[in-house]
Amino acid sequence: MKPAAFAYAKARSLDHAVELLGQHDDDAKLLAGGQSLMASLNMRLSNPSILIDINGIAGLNVIAARNDQVEIGALVRHAQAERSPDIARHAPLIALAMPHIAHPAIRNRGTIGGSLAYADPAAELPACLVALDGEADIAGPQGKRSVKAADFFKGMFETALGPQEILAGIRVPAATGQTRVGFSELARRHGDYAIVGLAASARATGKRLSDVRLVYFGVGTAPTRARNAETAIAADAIDDAVAALAQDIDPPGDLQASGEVKLHLAGVLLRRIAKQLAEPRP
Amino acid sequence: MSGQIHDITLTVNGQEISETVAARVTIADFLRDNLGLTGTRLGCEHGVCGTCTVRIDGVITRGCLVLAVQCAGTRVETIEGVSDTGEIADLQDAFRRRNALQCGFCTPGMLLTAQELLTRAKDSGNVPSREAIREHLSGNYCRCTGYHAIVDAVEAVAQARAGEK
Amino acid sequence: MKIVEDFPPILTALDRPNSYIGRSVPRPNLARLTQGRGQYVSDTVLPRMVHVAYARSPYAHARIGKIETALAKKSPGVVAVVTGAELSKVITPWVGVLTHLKGIKSAPQHALPLDRACWQGEAVCAVVAKTRAQAEDAVGLVDIHYEELPAVTDMETALDAQTPVIHPELGDNLTFARSHEAGDVNKGFADADEIVETTFVFGRHTGVTNEPRAIIADWNPGEQRLTVYHGTQAPHMSQNLFAKHLGLAEQQVRVITKDVGGSFGIKVHIYADEMAVVALSKMLNRPVKFVADRIESFVTDIHARDHRVKARIGVKKDGTITAWEIDDLTGIGPYSVYPRTSGIEANQVVNLSAASYTCRNYRAKCRVVFLNKNVMCQYRAVGHPIAVAVTEGLVDLAAAKIGMDPVEIRRRNLIPDDAHPSSAPSGIKFERLSHHATLDQLTKMMKYDSLRAEQERLRKQGIYRGIGFTSFVEITNPSAAFYGVGGARISSQDGATVKLDAQGNISVHTSVTEQGQGAESVMAQVAASAFGVPIERVRVIMGDTDNTPYGGGTWASRGTGIGGEATWQAGKALRGNVLAIAASILQAKPEALDIRNGIVVDKATGNERIGLDEVARIAYFRPDTLPPGFQAEMIATRHYVPREFGFAFTNGAQASYLEVDTDTGFVKLLKHWCVEDCGTIINPQLVDEQVRGGVVQGIGGALFEQCLYDERGQMLNGNMADYLVPMAAELPDIEVAHQVSPTAESELGAKGAGEAGTAGAPGAVMNAINDALRPLGAKPLTDMPFTPDKILRALGRV
Ligand SMILES: Cc1cc2nc3c(=O)[nH]c(=O)nc-3n(C[C@H](O)[C@H](O)[C@H](O)COP(=O)(O)OP(=O)(O)OC[C@H]3O[C@@H](n4cnc5c(N)ncnc54)[C@H](O)[C@@H]3O)c2cc1C
Ligand code: FES
Ligand code: FES
Repeated sequence: MKPAAFAYAKARSLDHAVELLGQHDDDAKLLAGGQSLMASLNMRLSNPSILIDINGIAGLNVIAARNDQVEIGALVRHAQAERSPDIARHAPLIALAMPHIAHPAIRNRGTIGGSLAYADPAAELPACLVALDGEADIAGPQGKRSVKAADFFKGMFETALGPQEILAGIRVPAATGQTRVGFSELARRHGDYAIVGLAASARATGKRLSDVRLVYFGVGTAPTRARNAETAIAADAIDDAVAALAQDIDPPGDLQASGEVKLHLAGVLLRRIAKQLAEPRP
Repeated sequence: MSGQIHDITLTVNGQEISETVAARVTIADFLRDNLGLTGTRLGCEHGVCGTCTVRIDGVITRGCLVLAVQCAGTRVETIEGVSDTGEIADLQDAFRRRNALQCGFCTPGMLLTAQELLTRAKDSGNVPSREAIREHLSGNYCRCTGYHAIVDAVEAVAQARAGEK
Repeated sequence: MKIVEDFPPILTALDRPNSYIGRSVPRPNLARLTQGRGQYVSDTVLPRMVHVAYARSPYAHARIGKIETALAKKSPGVVAVVTGAELSKVITPWVGVLTHLKGIKSAPQHALPLDRACWQGEAVCAVVAKTRAQAEDAVGLVDIHYEELPAVTDMETALDAQTPVIHPELGDNLTFARSHEAGDVNKGFADADEIVETTFVFGRHTGVTNEPRAIIADWNPGEQRLTVYHGTQAPHMSQNLFAKHLGLAEQQVRVITKDVGGSFGIKVHIYADEMAVVALSKMLNRPVKFVADRIESFVTDIHARDHRVKARIGVKKDGTITAWEIDDLTGIGPYSVYPRTSGIEANQVVNLSAASYTCRNYRAKCRVVFLNKNVMCQYRAVGHPIAVAVTEGLVDLAAAKIGMDPVEIRRRNLIPDDAHPSSAPSGIKFERLSHHATLDQLTKMMKYDSLRAEQERLRKQGIYRGIGFTSFVEITNPSAAFYGVGGARISSQDGATVKLDAQGNISVHTSVTEQGQGAESVMAQVAASAFGVPIERVRVIMGDTDNTPYGGGTWASRGTGIGGEATWQAGKALRGNVLAIAASILQAKPEALDIRNGIVVDKATGNERIGLDEVARIAYFRPDTLPPGFQAEMIATRHYVPREFGFAFTNGAQASYLEVDTDTGFVKLLKHWCVEDCGTIINPQLVDEQVRGGVVQGIGGALFEQCLYDERGQMLNGNMADYLVPMAAELPDIEVAHQVSPTAESELGAKGAGEAGTAGAPGAVMNAINDALRPLGAKPLTDMPFTPDKILRALGRV
């Protein structure tokens, strides 16, 4: 199982990467951590003519907390994020999600940008980005632009990124004293993609929750908000919230579980998350 | 530098190597085929089994998911390298005495993965629990042992290195 | 837990000074393997070696039309593109049947098919190139015209009149069927107070050896000889079959097996794509290498366990089991696998079900049918996990029905330990078993009573834990009754040659092969003990048909019991030879001498007389100083095969403790125990690790592993991300202990231990899950693997 032949170029900068993408139309692929891309190349599931390696681009591996936001560069490795005090403090939802992503050796190499750009519907980070109402910063031939998380994930392995665009990083609002987050997923084995998972955030005023965002993964083609359930959770009506899931999500079955079971599990996760949201984080 | 063939220079097990490689060659294939370092093994070639584990610039990585060209300018270490330096001699000895390997195919990957946990544990002054060891090894497939003996061996070394005996 | 230190002999049944029998001596080959310096076939490189990759059928069943190879032949690096028709001029087809499985039938299978592909993944056209990558590039350029045919994919309907017949010349899709009846089954059920009936389903799964199948064939036209580097369990079997189908004498074929990255039965069969490799080498006059990649492995390594068993048990209120009935249906692939056949697993289910119990009213039948899916054949513990789960599942269901503790019902029905020799209702014979002693030891080891108390306490908090048991027998040390009597040239005997070298060290040449189980260590321990040297002075040579005696190799838990005994006898014989030399040097009586710790001593006093180095020096370099007419013999060979019993049955008991999350259907394994009885234990640590590894393979089948197919015969999860193998984080610690009932057939008294873990684990996990869920009124789960989906359904949560 060896990949088909391709050319390789190392981008020196974002502009250079954009330029290289421009030279090769649809046939080029960006190579970040390679933890998804290389597996599919080895299996000859995709066949690009050239890989543009963005790993050498300076400045994309930075985590910074400023202006009430946490900025995470696209080339920040999972392991780096997992151990970042800034993320633990200011983006606790991401910190909660990290250990569930794959295994140590993969987290050492895989990137935040790669996970988001790849947009696996069962992946943790896209759901976290939507739950945090974060933004994606994109570089392209027309310069830079930003896209709200909700508009970034378009479908199964599909994002708002154009053929010549690169995800440069993300920004999420920094957690405040009122921020509550919750994360839970059900995977058969540690590090597997989840059967169903839920990333959540909310604002707490005393015992009241507002701005509840419940984002499921593994239940459709992209991270899916459960809006009716959000309303019910804000009203502290957990049973109603669970019942509302039937309108909010309609998970298709896959090799791991039927749609019916996924819907049931989504309800179980919701009860667990509701408890997490009710507790202030230590 | 853009093309299907590239000249690369890298350090492998402390030795500088210059070779010409096709872009599509993974570092695992490069080590095995170009350098004859066959201790880096291929169990799946799609990132799941962990038999291809090598250290690149000090961190463990799937050798089947990184290209050789990407390793230009890096420091690559394989099981042969860490054996020769003696870095994991205690761990290897524990595996041997505890029979923590049967066919041995997973062993190089297991050892390198365990070593990362042990090093980090030592740095933070912790002895990892059996559960933490299992979790850290969760991406390394072993069909033979059922893992229990591997966990025993890693745990024993963690305790020994922490001076607990 | 701490590392087990080697300890002095405690279990030895053998009276030898400085014995290594019963000691946890570290395996001599481990330092090499921990340094990544093993040598597996996938690592091996030969001059002028080329690589083969295959164009494989995307259809489960298709007529093969034109194969256009011109483009592929022009692809860079390509050496040859070869079709089935071309290859059939070099290698003959085979049929996987054995005469002792009455009525078994199959169709001729070619190295590459001539006109029809019969499962998705079957190799159809070979591409040979300088590198594997180049071969794969060219595979993409081979254009094969297929006409898709209807695929037979459901075992339940495979025998229906309207279902197409895969091989029309065979008349139907039935491979093999057997019925067996013992005792008075109707009366047994009539006498029962309760009858429990259910259907057990086992998921088709596969071995996923960490090193995939690998072979290099090197035909040397100058020598007229084929050397094959083969990751196999049975080099002599491979030698025979390569020779036979290439039209060579066995002498012209050498099979070399160095390190093998796991086998478990996967590497004991003849694979069409490996036969193609030996044929290609003969055709191209150069070494050809094939290493299956993981995707190929999933659709070509044998699958196993795809069985559906309808089963019934009758029981009295006092717990006496009165009758059993089982009906096994299994769907194999389109061919019965060569040369062991795909009928054995079902046959074993008939042989082994109900085998541990006294109730002899037993009716069993099995049917094996062809399907257009990947082939099925023998995988670790062949038939045992099925027979044990069915039997033990029935016993637990019966106990629940009459409100009896699962341990108690076993105590009342297991064959008593003093009732041997005995037999099972299927007729298989037991020399000596220890069901009750193992079960007692198991319940003590796991603190059964306090575990039950804990279970009860936690239930009140809504935490559902379960305890599940299995008692079982395991077939080991097979005699010719397994394959030989059916006409297969699969040797049931093993040989060992022990040689004294010129420095007084010894080498053991054995026909048993090392697959990681520790055979090398076992042979070294046995030879060192029998001959009388420190283990460092023993070198073991295996896996080379040119340099080892003829023998069976490694399968069916036979290496230690059969090959070990041959080594024991050869070691003793060489001791006799060497003492004869020493006696003639010392002018003593050989009977008055012994070899201890590498030195010839006076038997009575232990006084040192002469070193082995000195004996060897004189024997090899100064034979002129020996008495006239005395010829020193520095080699001894012995062969061994059990004759009295067809198999040395072992027994054991396992228990699983687990927790079911009743909201999610997830199972968390908390602990697993196994007590087994493999007779004399040569190396306790090796036996323990065989058991542990085996248990985890059994757990894999119970909870995770299944080859999923759609109705068109497409495998849906043929990669390691979607096919779930057990990984470290989900597994429990496993405690192992032993009873020791040596077989009287051999001097060593060792039986096998390689499959006990796999045999008993799935049933134990199943029973534990059902034990956990019983208070919730869940319908008993009998359909493996037990996924969250199935558990939630049983609980009525969805
Ligand atoms: C065994 C295994 C288990 C895994 N389990 C999980 C899991 O549980 N959860 C999970 O989320 N992931 C899992 N992963 C995937 C892992 O997290 C990947 O690292 C991640 O999905 C992709 O990140 P990467 O940096 O490796 O991207 P790459 O593989 O390099 O790229 C992935 C795709 O994104 C594109 N891309 C990458 N970076 C950018 C960018 N900056 N801008 C635009 N496009 C870009 C690439 O062109 C490519 O198409 C697993 C992987 C393996 C091998
Ligand atoms: S070979 Fe790289 S993870 Fe399996
Ligand atoms: S020892 Fe064989 S795979 Fe781990």
